[in-house]
Amino acid sequence: MQEQSLIGAFEAPPQDAARAFRAALEALARPGTIHEIKGGQAPAPVSEAAASLLLTLCDPETPLCLMGRHDTPEIRDWIAFQIGAPIVGPESAMFALGTWTALQPITNFLIGTPEYPDRSTTLIVEMEALSQDGATLAGPGIKETATLALPDIEPFQMNHALFPLGVDFYFTAGTQIAGLPRSTRISGTQVLEATEAN
Amino acid sequence: MSDYNFAYLDEQTKRMIRRAILKGIAVPGYQVPFASREMPMPYGWGTGGVQVSAACLCPEDTLKVIDQGADDTTNAVSIRKFFEKTAEIAVTEKTREATVIQTRHRIPEEPLTEGQILVYQVPIPEPLRFLEPRETETRKMHALEEYGLMHVKLYEDIAKHGHIATSYAYPVKVEDRYVMDPSPIPKFDNPKMDMAAIQLFGAGREQRIYAVPPYTKVVSLDFEDHPFDPSKANHPCDLCGAEHTYLDEVIIDDEGGRMFVCSDTDYCAERQAEGHRGRLSPSENIEKAAE
Repeated sequence: MQEQSLIGAFEAPPQDAARAFRAALEALARPGTIHEIKGGQAPAPVSEAAASLLLTLCDPETPLCLMGRHDTPEIRDWIAFQIGAPIVGPESAMFALGTWTALQPITNFLIGTPEYPDRSTTLIVEMEALSQDGATLAGPGIKETATLALPDIEPFQMNHALFPLGVDFYFTAGTQIAGLPRSTRISGTQVLEATEAN
Repeated sequence: MSDYNFAYLDEQTKRMIRRAILKGIAVPGYQVPFASREMPMPYGWGTGGVQVSAACLCPEDTLKVIDQGADDTTNAVSIRKFFEKTAEIAVTEKTREATVIQTRHRIPEEPLTEGQILVYQVPIPEPLRFLEPRETETRKMHALEEYGLMHVKLYEDIAKHGHIATSYAYPVKVEDRYVMDPSPIPKFDNPKMDMAAIQLFGAGREQRIYAVPPYTKVVSLDFEDHPFDPSKANHPCDLCGAEHTYLDEVIIDDEGGRMFVCSDTDYCAERQAEGHRGRLSPSENIEKAAE
């Protein structure tokens, strides 16, 4: 085990986790808004936002799936020491971490059951940057419409079509976080719609 | 430095509750099972709400606690003191100064804003429970969106009383999907549930958490020929004269005398401070008004 795995936890766990949770709550309850979340430091390429979210929500009771470049021995060691979450495959994960490309196909993740739609995976999608310039969102948490740059459109629309089943998303970059619950209706940007009409 | 962990609960418990809250936000109106803990207060005193509040509170928060609209009843005072002691946070009685509001059976009169969280204490989270006692069956009914039984119940109200006689815990449909118990708030408050604040519901004994995100469609169930009516006592408040607030009826003597006062004490006090007066306001004020 490397020394790197011993550092990067919250400095004041109860207070830092409380602030991080409020950011995560506001992000998921108001899709399209971007919030600051910080305090956790995991080995690269995990962002501070993703590390803080993992420290806030994951523990030995939450099977975690690491995908692509986020599945390294250093990151596994860090999670084993700081969080204790079992590392599993997509078919039994409560949380998953990776870039959008690495997480494909998202249909491999749990979507819950009609009796228990909560038994589904939450995907933490690492992004280059977050921006409110992009797809149009509507639904719970949004007054009229909101916009958020998404890595794709169709998979999110198909996920929403499963409602109340489906997976939920967090997008992380640097110290920023945005949320996209399965309840959000998504339509492409103006530009994309015009192209389709032609 | 308090001898308790911040906001009383241990961190693993808070993570479990936080995960349940987020699932509730993602599926509005769906009751998420959670491993409710024993709290240092009896079931029925808001153990569910207290656990949800404990999982949400930040050191910077200002907490308000109301019981049937009042800040100064036993339940409200003891929960406020509990968090003052275990989380060392600021408390207030002013609705607009609070960032987290825990409530027993009322929504404040003043409209809530973005950045505020309203935490409800819920006794029986399952709206279908008194119609179907088996959890396996009600779970299946929610899964199949089979809510005919609830409409039969409302219809029987009309057949028996001529109108829908349910006056509190009036069932709502959230975002056209789940029928939800809004907790025993008066039906007068139902239309306020489409609001800018985040609404979280905690049922400690029944081990359920559910949520309504901001700006979410919340519709009170009704019939075309018997539309939903958010009624209240047909009087103005006897202390502040308000005609648009929910009122409590108070017996004031043993000869049948009674008065109606705002159930939201903070709202009523603020109106009185602004100079609004009602029928039974202290006499010096009435004299002044007469001059």
